[in-house]
Amino acid sequence: MKEKMIFELSAPGRKAYSLPALDVPTVAIDELLPLDLKRETEPELPEVSEVDVVRHFTRLSQMNYGVDTGFYPLGSCTMKYNPKINEDMSRLPGFALSHPYQAEGLSQGAMKLMYDLDQYLSEIAGMQRVTLQPAAGAHGELTGILIIKAYHEHRGDFKRNKVIVPDSAHGTNPATANMCGYEIIEIKSNERGFVDLEELKKVAGEDTAALMLTNPNTLGLFEEDIVKIADIVHEAGGLLYYDGANMNAIMGYARPGDMGFDVIHFNLHKTFSTPHGGGGPGSGPVGVKDYLVPYLPKPTVEYSSEQEQYYFDNERPHSIGKVKAFYGNFGVAVKAFTYILALGGKGLKEASEFAVLNANYLKAVLKEHYYLPLDQVCKHEFIITPTKEMKAKGIHTMDIAKRLIDYGFHPPTIYFPLIVEEAMMIEPTETESKETLDDFCQALIKISEEAINTPELLHDAPISTHVSRFDEASAARKPVLRWKSTYFGD
Amino acid sequence: MNFVPHTQSEKREMLASIGISSTDELFRDISPEVKLAEELKLFPGLDEMSLRKEITMISQENAHVDEYVSFLGAGAYEHFRPALIDHLLLRSEFYTAYTPYQPEISQGTLQAIFEFQTAVCELTGMDVANASMYDGATALAEAIIMAAGQTRKNKFLISSTIHPEYREVAKTYAWARGMELLEIPYQQGLTDTKELEKMLTTDIGAVVIQNPNFFGGIESLKNIVELAQKNKTMVILCADPMLLGLLEAPGKIGVDIVVGEGQPLGIPISFGGPYLGFIATKEKFIRRMPGRIVGIAQDRKGNEGFILTLQAREQHIRREKASSNICSNQALCALAATIYLSTLGKSGIKEVAEQCIYKAHYAKSVLNDIPGVEIAYPNTKSFKEFVVKTEESIESINKRLLDAGIIGGLDLGEFYPELKNHMLLCVTEARSKIEIDLLKRVWEGEE
Repeated sequence: MKEKMIFELSAPGRKAYSLPALDVPTVAIDELLPLDLKRETEPELPEVSEVDVVRHFTRLSQMNYGVDTGFYPLGSCTMKYNPKINEDMSRLPGFALSHPYQAEGLSQGAMKLMYDLDQYLSEIAGMQRVTLQPAAGAHGELTGILIIKAYHEHRGDFKRNKVIVPDSAHGTNPATANMCGYEIIEIKSNERGFVDLEELKKVAGEDTAALMLTNPNTLGLFEEDIVKIADIVHEAGGLLYYDGANMNAIMGYARPGDMGFDVIHFNLHKTFSTPHGGGGPGSGPVGVKDYLVPYLPKPTVEYSSEQEQYYFDNERPHSIGKVKAFYGNFGVAVKAFTYILALGGKGLKEASEFAVLNANYLKAVLKEHYYLPLDQVCKHEFIITPTKEMKAKGIHTMDIAKRLIDYGFHPPTIYFPLIVEEAMMIEPTETESKETLDDFCQALIKISEEAINTPELLHDAPISTHVSRFDEASAARKPVLRWKSTYFGD
Repeated sequence: MNFVPHTQSEKREMLASIGISSTDELFRDISPEVKLAEELKLFPGLDEMSLRKEITMISQENAHVDEYVSFLGAGAYEHFRPALIDHLLLRSEFYTAYTPYQPEISQGTLQAIFEFQTAVCELTGMDVANASMYDGATALAEAIIMAAGQTRKNKFLISSTIHPEYREVAKTYAWARGMELLEIPYQQGLTDTKELEKMLTTDIGAVVIQNPNFFGGIESLKNIVELAQKNKTMVILCADPMLLGLLEAPGKIGVDIVVGEGQPLGIPISFGGPYLGFIATKEKFIRRMPGRIVGIAQDRKGNEGFILTLQAREQHIRREKASSNICSNQALCALAATIYLSTLGKSGIKEVAEQCIYKAHYAKSVLNDIPGVEIAYPNTKSFKEFVVKTEESIESINKRLLDAGIIGGLDLGEFYPELKNHMLLCVTEARSKIEIDLLKRVWEGEE
């Protein structure tokens, strides 16, 4: 199966749209546009029919794998089921067709939703206030670290120029700290996969702006010494940043605010069931403790009990400013709001309970067949690697991942975290049934046998897809990044 | 309602396989001092019917453009959205997929992004485009960071005719990195090129311009590019993609980086987001470009297909040395724009832009006839937005309009203190002559 480019379906004069006839007087367009900026060559956009468009994109969708297609155990990505009601709610005309600058009096529904979602997320994380402005997790990190920067600078403390990041951290953590002008201090995890307290004590000091931490961490382990970690950083005068990518493990069980974290970002597209969209849009709200509220991006949504009305507060002299135009990915916030209302407090706790149960169940079954570098109770995800015997046959994690595709599953996150060689990071989420988990285990067990007996099956995988493995290196050497009729000679 | 499929007996079986008797044991590693002792203070969960009712009620507290006739733009635009867009976006193989890390089962998303990159290159006349950015404002901020990396300079000139919120976002990003932004004043609703010429010193990394600008005016772009090039300064342009069917491709004029907001291309206004940032540049700057990029690759059998490429720029490989921390993109919004551009096509994109221009100019002439109302920058050419100066306060005009079911334009005094009694109006192809005439009559107090 190969689908032509939409540009290749083009025929001069074909149309897929209809616009109303122009009902106002016209003059020559040249009189209205500056002559020196008149376009000389038309952009080569497709000229196709409506049926062409619908079939083309329908066929493209069929070349994709989503959560609705099957099991998607991508570690740290929380590929849970995306409830259909979320989509309907975000498309209600009051939300989808409302303008961000229409008067506050005309926007009370959207503002109420933002205000309430702020409160719900604050309660879930143990924080004072939440901004919905950041568009994604990494964007939330940027916002959160800037809030920390503003906090230190406002106190006249300009010597804090370092951010501490564990070696198990997501790549976005050091990249974010760098964008905010900080030097990154990476600390090694101990042999059990936790933050090494002695290492932390060595580097925490008067130049520490913050420690960025994921808890449970990317190994799926809850930092047992989290209170001590927080104390060390706070005693040094630094703040604690919580990367909320793994929040799905602990809702209703523990709250980052209670652990000592000062700032958190959420990933609404992970924990709160909004779809990933093939890479976005996501949403990365940021929550803070009370002493950081003045630094939140503006505007915030407030409620005036006098006027009985919600309003935007732009008078925030200590605010870091804006990180995005308007108020964030509002349409995504509607979906997360819908989800939280559907589950309620009890349902959210159950979601975490079953996410952790599913992960521990998979781990218990798979550890008989794969190497489990850290054999302890995990949270919502865990890591396995190929066994010594498999490695002796030349089998790498990549081979196992690609073979899983032949069995109809999306592979787990692979080669991450970086501190475990050949890592496969498996996160099943709570919305998968025991049958699905059992089928997945059966596939992985079969693959473990193939790895020993018929390793070439793994090396050649995937064989069930219409394209096989790609040569990434040569593609990067001579990048072809757009279609031109000359590239595709037929 | 929760979406957990386990039966009680399945739960027991799973606990037995793990060798425990209760899920509480799975949380024993959370120390008692941080374990939450009580339930979260949230409401009980709702069934689907109650949920729909509750949220629909909240949505009805909001006005929307299907019940009002709106002349509000300012960075969020009401344009025609063909019905097929939502139907295709709801193909759940698209919207429930992750970033296409496994190309063998993600060719759909990858090809759609490749087509998006192609369309952006066609519109902008640039060599390369990425898979998209969060929105126009952040795309602009990231373009400045790109230019800072390329020129190793720390000072940038940003026109005061750029969307005020975009400037604020750029300011935040600049503060983060320790960069300096200097604002170029405006004159007659356009960037003041005389001032620009004075401000262009050798330590300036780039000039940042929006076209059409926040006031709807069409900047003298060629002149600005020439001034910048004379000073060996890069030019970053924030463009409305809708006008690029008529206006010369920025790449042809010598612009170095083109960014913009793709919301007009089939994305609902949705109270300000999610939208679609795009960024395109010259081939020589490609390794400084932030975000995901899709390219063509060969598989083992020699088939051509699509993969995420040039990943050595990105955070998951380079960590703190990455060109940006950006990890996601707005893939589904980019898909919407690709579907929109395919549907409207070569002639449609021009026709929409022409209708916007004609209708906005008609509105301009009609409003100009109202006593006490004048066009603020009469000699400035404009696209779908324009500014009027009024004797009456904007607040009182807008109140009268609203009573008649019309959402008026933006009170510019909110963003530009010197522009009290100035209104920014937007007229797209979605407005009819009847609606524009109605605007005039109500404005005059005739209805």
